[in-house]
Amino acid sequence: MVRLLQIEFIKLWNNRASRILIASYFILLTSIALVAAIKFDIGPVQFHLADQGIFNFPYIWHFNSYITAIFKLFLAIVIVSMMANEYSNKTIKQNLIDGLSKKEFILSKFLTVTAFSLVSTLFVFLVSLILGLIYSDYDEFSIIFSDLEFLLAFFFKLMGFFSFCLFLGILIKRSAFALGFLILWAILEQVFFGLLGWKVMSWEAAQRVKNFFPLEATANLIKEPFSRLSAVQNIGEQIGESMNFDYHVYWYEFLIVILWTLIFVYLSHALLKKRDL
Amino acid sequence: MGTILNVDGLTKKFGHLVAVNQLSFTIEKGNVYGILGPNGSGKSTTLGIILNVVNRTSGSFQCFNGTTSTHEALKKVGAIIERPNFYPYMTAVQNLKLVCKIKEVSVDKIAEKLELVGLLDRQHSKFRTYSLGMKQRLAIASALLNDPEILILDEPTNGLDPQGIHQIRQIIKKIAGQGTTILLASHLLDEVEKVCSHVVILRKGKKLYSGPVDEMLASHGFFELKSNDMEQLHAFLEKQAIFGKLTQENGLLTAYLKEELAAEELNQMLFKEGIVLSHLMKRKESLEEQFLTLTQNEN
Repeated sequence: MVRLLQIEFIKLWNNRASRILIASYFILLTSIALVAAIKFDIGPVQFHLADQGIFNFPYIWHFNSYITAIFKLFLAIVIVSMMANEYSNKTIKQNLIDGLSKKEFILSKFLTVTAFSLVSTLFVFLVSLILGLIYSDYDEFSIIFSDLEFLLAFFFKLMGFFSFCLFLGILIKRSAFALGFLILWAILEQVFFGLLGWKVMSWEAAQRVKNFFPLEATANLIKEPFSRLSAVQNIGEQIGESMNFDYHVYWYEFLIVILWTLIFVYLSHALLKKRDL
Repeated sequence: MGTILNVDGLTKKFGHLVAVNQLSFTIEKGNVYGILGPNGSGKSTTLGIILNVVNRTSGSFQCFNGTTSTHEALKKVGAIIERPNFYPYMTAVQNLKLVCKIKEVSVDKIAEKLELVGLLDRQHSKFRTYSLGMKQRLAIASALLNDPEILILDEPTNGLDPQGIHQIRQIIKKIAGQGTTILLASHLLDEVEKVCSHVVILRKGKKLYSGPVDEMLASHGFFELKSNDMEQLHAFLEKQAIFGKLTQENGLLTAYLKEELAAEELNQMLFKEGIVLSHLMKRKESLEEQFLTLTQNEN
């Protein structure tokens, strides 16, 4: 396993473009801390975002894992191209001739993706912990370490999404087209949802079906955190709209994402096995 | 000695096209084998199957008597397929380190192998800055990293300039001299003739011949003759049962032998008949001529 990770590391780290993208990704993950610096000071109106409760434990786990997940697109580029470049450089052929089995090849990619997800999760955990310790109004141990399921969700969300990227890289073999297809797929999921709700079934049922689509399933793991903010809640109450938004992470949502991950890895391997290079 | 590779009834179909048809042959340790055939005769497909990058339709093959799985066996093989494929953004050394990792061998031999192919002074240049000849030599260095039991080369001199071709051939000879088994696919006959002891000849995916180079045709060679009176010479030779086909080209008469005959004997015979030769040469068919004869017979 270490050997497979090392192989992939040599390939990635010696490529300047992916090195820069990976570095920027982790810098961006850290930059969430900069949000704390947002301050408006216009005469009577004083606004300090950090004071609005976004860094309160345990809410910060939810907020940060939701926001930082947006940066995963950076890594998606790296992952799609690390797969597609093997085809365009024909190095996949050379790797296999040199004695890497097809299973090992897929495994080395999947392990790398898992490592990316794991390191990202650790990063978000540490950054949030530090931010929280500085700004949170609550600092009891039990409160700090509650709602940690958002980090678990973050990990599986990234792993599922990256596995999808890997699969697209193998399927389409060209990084630009694969990324294009990723965007197209995201739109298609919405179109399909729209068609289902409009023609086939009720909107509630369509929503339930939609939660099974791969991208929607990964997105659905961490729901938007904004309506939980007290400021937003207050506004809601003022205009007479009560917000009872269900933001929890459920076990079956994990299950769907894990299933998709397995499916994508299996399909990647099956595709590689079937193809002549 | 021992068998390194055993191919049995291998078949590959691309849709309706049969690229490799019921191919069987055996590679023994220590010999240099050539796979010969025109373009599109299934050479690369055959090697692709053996190297685990092309899926076979039917048939089987065994490396090292089938004691290991294919990808484990490949770690004891060195192979170059068509074009050298490396990571363009990595230097020669970085690329070779990666290969070492894949083959699970130590990185100690990188310098030695780069030295062998004459790339040591460019070892820290990126692969994409290399000329085709250098790329091909790097590929050979990479294939040798594990001191393979068999070296598989697919068209190693394709697209190279004469100097590059010469360099690659020198390297191949050097490696063959060290006792490494080599399997060389090529459509360049003189290349195979110069280095191979055994050949497998393919045409349209079918095996026409496999065995030692000099037993390819049961042939006694031929004479190239020239005389002042060509017609008399032709008429006389036609009457002799010992000669088969006679052809005349560029004022040179070529007479193929059906039995063994020494040049001195022929000269004596002709002189007695009053035919004086201005040119007499006994030759064996070159591989090219043998190859053309073989492939034409099948038409």
